[in-house]
Amino acid sequence: MKSKASLPLSYRLGVTSRLLAAVVGGYVLASLASVCLSFWLPLSRADAVVSGMLSSFVFYLLAVIWCFACRSAARAWFGVLVPCAILATLAGLAYWMGRP
Amino acid sequence: MKEGFRQAMAWLHTWAGLIFGWLLFAIFLTGTLSYFKGEITHWMQPEVPAHAVDDARSVAVAQRYLEQHAPTAARWFIGLPDSRDPGLSVMWQDKIDPGRRGNFIEKMLDPVSGEQLQARETMGGEFFYRFHFQLQMPHPWGRWLSTIAAMVMFVALITGIITHKKIFKDFFTFRPRKGQRSWLDGHNAVGVLVLPFHLMITYSSLVIFMTMVMPASIIASYDGDTRAFFNELFPATDNAPALGQPGKLLPLAPLVEQARAQWDGGHVGRLAVNNPGDVNASVNVSRAGSDRVVHDFGSTVSFNGNTGQLLRVSAEQSLPMAIGGSFYGLHMGHFAGPLLRWLYFICGLAGTAMIGTGLVIWLGKRQLKHAKTGVMPFELRLVEVLNLASMSGLLIAIAVFFWANRLLPATFAERSDWEVQSFFIAWGLTLLHAMLRRCRRAWIEQLGLGAVLFMAVPLLNALTTSEHLGVSLAKGDWAMAGFDLTCLGSGLFLAWAAWKMQHRSAVQPRAERARPLTLKGEVH
Repeated sequence: MKSKASLPLSYRLGVTSRLLAAVVGGYVLASLASVCLSFWLPLSRADAVVSGMLSSFVFYLLAVIWCFACRSAARAWFGVLVPCAILATLAGLAYWMGRP
Repeated sequence: MKEGFRQAMAWLHTWAGLIFGWLLFAIFLTGTLSYFKGEITHWMQPEVPAHAVDDARSVAVAQRYLEQHAPTAARWFIGLPDSRDPGLSVMWQDKIDPGRRGNFIEKMLDPVSGEQLQARETMGGEFFYRFHFQLQMPHPWGRWLSTIAAMVMFVALITGIITHKKIFKDFFTFRPRKGQRSWLDGHNAVGVLVLPFHLMITYSSLVIFMTMVMPASIIASYDGDTRAFFNELFPATDNAPALGQPGKLLPLAPLVEQARAQWDGGHVGRLAVNNPGDVNASVNVSRAGSDRVVHDFGSTVSFNGNTGQLLRVSAEQSLPMAIGGSFYGLHMGHFAGPLLRWLYFICGLAGTAMIGTGLVIWLGKRQLKHAKTGVMPFELRLVEVLNLASMSGLLIAIAVFFWANRLLPATFAERSDWEVQSFFIAWGLTLLHAMLRRCRRAWIEQLGLGAVLFMAVPLLNALTTSEHLGVSLAKGDWAMAGFDLTCLGSGLFLAWAAWKMQHRSAVQPRAERARPLTLKGEVH
């Protein structure tokens, strides 16, 4: 890192945006992943919920790493929101199938 | 791209580590102390005598006390003594109020005579344990903050591994007395050496509070009824409500024996008696966590308190619960014997050292750039002050907490609160000191003060109690003696660190002077 004064505003905004994508987007992604697992895992309800929660933090980690590894802040958001949408669809599907 | 990825991860490692480093340092150090929670409490309450453990006698004593002092309580808890913590604790709750936490009355009893112990009031090791995850904040904010810190630690660990490409080759590289290089080598060595511990302790800390921080799947699967989820997980604790008709509670000791038979002779950790004075009284006997590695939250045998009828035995836990339980059990280390407990302690110290060296490296790298001008930007000075207060300041605060335990009069009213307050006052003063003094002087002074305070702990103990090293070693009271000796050892280490710091300040200018000279030589 160079000294902060020399960094342009766009760079700082980019970092802030990535940070938001990582913290907020990552949490949503992890939550949706745990919900999805709890609906789709062929286990008893309580066990599926526990398994979903247990593994959710790995999804969070992967989301955070992605947000800072990719080339731009826009890609960071894209890379978090697309899996979120897929997981939400899968979870919604299971929920809708579960109660007709 | 590959190099870019590693650089991005190094950036993330640096900044995640810096922002949460101070908090993580305190969490790791107090957590490490918590592995000796019982021993610390024993030292801080020298009045509690160590007896041979006898569960049946302890249960009978506790029941007699509770029947006399809390016959109308809604719930009793009896915590049985073990070899590490000799106190018998009884707690009761007059009304069960799910909205409020901790409306318990707790008393410590002598497990033989049944008298209430006239021990000095203190939180003992419990203070460090509570601070470790509650951070002295109101519920639930401390738990949230510490779990967020755990997530940041997880990110910092994994990005650290990614950054550190030559993980095994570098492990055998240690370049002592090379300033910044040595710190980095040390950071890498303690990081890699106990990497499995770091990964286990970090991930398990997320798992411990997962139902609090990641509740989406509970809400989705149980339509927001979290109570239903817990009842399904732990059916044994779903007890019948009071009927309002008086009943006669059976002696508890035989129930304890029956429960032990269910576990092939496993140990009992604690008993909960619901509605003790009612016909619907129920007794939940829970297994001690020290019995095995995989913690089983629901390992409970439930009896009817009036008839002694066996109501429920919790089933073997399922695989996901066992995985969660192993994380919990490994984090807490209840199962660890003396040797393994020391290994836990050392691993915890290594983790603390890894965080500390990381903070030092961050500052050292940036200070080098400003060494020539002699002017320090504000943010570097801020990091410097926080480094000081969070590391050497915390050590002083811990020592002051022990000193307060011995110096505050045993009969002083709110002494337990004052012990805690002296901890935070001391910590605050070290922050003030760090702000007022120049960096290196402040390090030497704080490390020196910490060294004196810790080294004098055995002496203080000898002067204020009759449990000095000569007595405790002769009696074989290893918890008491071990505490004194560990404090002495820590004091010696801090003295060495302070001496090193002083020594280094004499060497550094010469090295700084030598470099410009050679540079000039090249130019001319």
